[in-house]
Amino acid sequence: MDFGNVFLNPDIIATYMPQMIRAVWVTIWISVLVVISGLALGAFLAGLRAYQKRWLAWPIVLFADLMRALPPLVLMLILFFGLPSLGVILSDWFVLYLVLTLVLAAFVEEIFWATLTSLPRGQWEAGAATGLSFNQVLVNVIFPQAVRTNIPQLVNRSLTISKMTAYGSVIGVKEIVSVAGSAQAFSGSATPLTMAAIAYLIIFFPAMLLSRYVENRFQYDH
Amino acid sequence: MSAPQPLPTLEITALEKRFGDTQVLRSIDLKVANGELVFVIGPSGSGKSTMLRCCNRLEEPTSGAIHVNGKPMLGITRRDLDRMRLQVGMVFQGFFLYPHLSVLKNVTLAQRKALKRPAAEADARALEMLDKVGLKHKASAMPGELSGGQQQRVAIARALALDPKVMLFDEPTSALDPELVGSVLKVMRDLREGGMTMIVVSHEMQFAREAADRVVFMDGGVIVEQGTPSEIFGNPRSERLRAFLSRVSGEAA
Repeated sequence: MDFGNVFLNPDIIATYMPQMIRAVWVTIWISVLVVISGLALGAFLAGLRAYQKRWLAWPIVLFADLMRALPPLVLMLILFFGLPSLGVILSDWFVLYLVLTLVLAAFVEEIFWATLTSLPRGQWEAGAATGLSFNQVLVNVIFPQAVRTNIPQLVNRSLTISKMTAYGSVIGVKEIVSVAGSAQAFSGSATPLTMAAIAYLIIFFPAMLLSRYVENRFQYDH
Repeated sequence: MSAPQPLPTLEITALEKRFGDTQVLRSIDLKVANGELVFVIGPSGSGKSTMLRCCNRLEEPTSGAIHVNGKPMLGITRRDLDRMRLQVGMVFQGFFLYPHLSVLKNVTLAQRKALKRPAAEADARALEMLDKVGLKHKASAMPGELSGGQQQRVAIARALALDPKVMLFDEPTSALDPELVGSVLKVMRDLREGGMTMIVVSHEMQFAREAADRVVFMDGGVIVEQGTPSEIFGNPRSERLRAFLSRVSGEAA
């Protein structure tokens, strides 16, 4: 039993490669959907909160705190195994997508909110003094600056949440960990787990390089 | 029959401002005629910046009235306020250019979004205004690449591009290194010669002497004294103004 045979057995690799490739795609497209909708929803909520209306701010703060406090896995289990008792049946991938989107949105909302409140008041005033409406200042002056300041944090959160697609294995989403886990159980070989690790590296290494590029691209002098 | 009084470009009537229990402005009355440069001086905390910021309602007056060309600034909808603000240009001590936009885009943003000017027209107007402040060649630079004096001149161009009826200057040179002050004052002098109506809150007494039509001295939230530069600097009537002027000239010496 040598190392290569345990972790990189060629026969096992050949057997499970097609399943693994499908799983990689599932991981990628759920991640992409989660990142796009989570960033958008989080930014939107921070924008709403900027109106400083109590009845708007309260639910947003509550939402953000709940979503950041609860482990995503707990939410997924409740939605996937609890809701059917009430007659609400959601598909496995949708539960994974929904929970991760909400969690990402909660973090993104907090990141944006912190910046919206910390930008110099003069930026708001300069916009208002030139006749721009509150919305126009928010969209054209404040948010572009908030995005640039927060790119490293937003990228980190996006990468972290993408890796959480692995939780999908618990509710039966055929993503990388799920497929590798059952392959390992069937074959009794650790090779599918190695394949999973390599698959993650193949996905996230380019994502990290891209994020470095984006971070540098959007830096500017104050 | 007497000749009709020309409408003041800016008229402040019985303006009051309180922050909680602190009365910052009390019964301020000020009329600024078309083309006039009114210079406001006074110790810090005298309420001069607050008065200026009430004129475009960056500060909300507690009571009183403000009219620009006879039209009210107070008691109007936010939408009408946005429209009125186009007529009142403001220059801040801290410049507040938008750091993520090029110089040109800083000057075109409000033209396009608030005035709804077509892009080409806004660009042309921006370049014209940048030329006026001597910075046409910096149109594609980012604000972070400019000196403080240059940034302030871009901020002036940004306000001018909207064709305001009156320009408010809130200590426009106080954040600048001494050697950069002159370039900003020169732009302001050009503006005055071009007939712009201006209210300037500043400590540049020399500029006040040379360029102001009228100097207003504020202390403790009231206008204590006003007059021509020679009256105010040459023949101050109140003890408070005399004390202030001797303090200021003491600092300058």
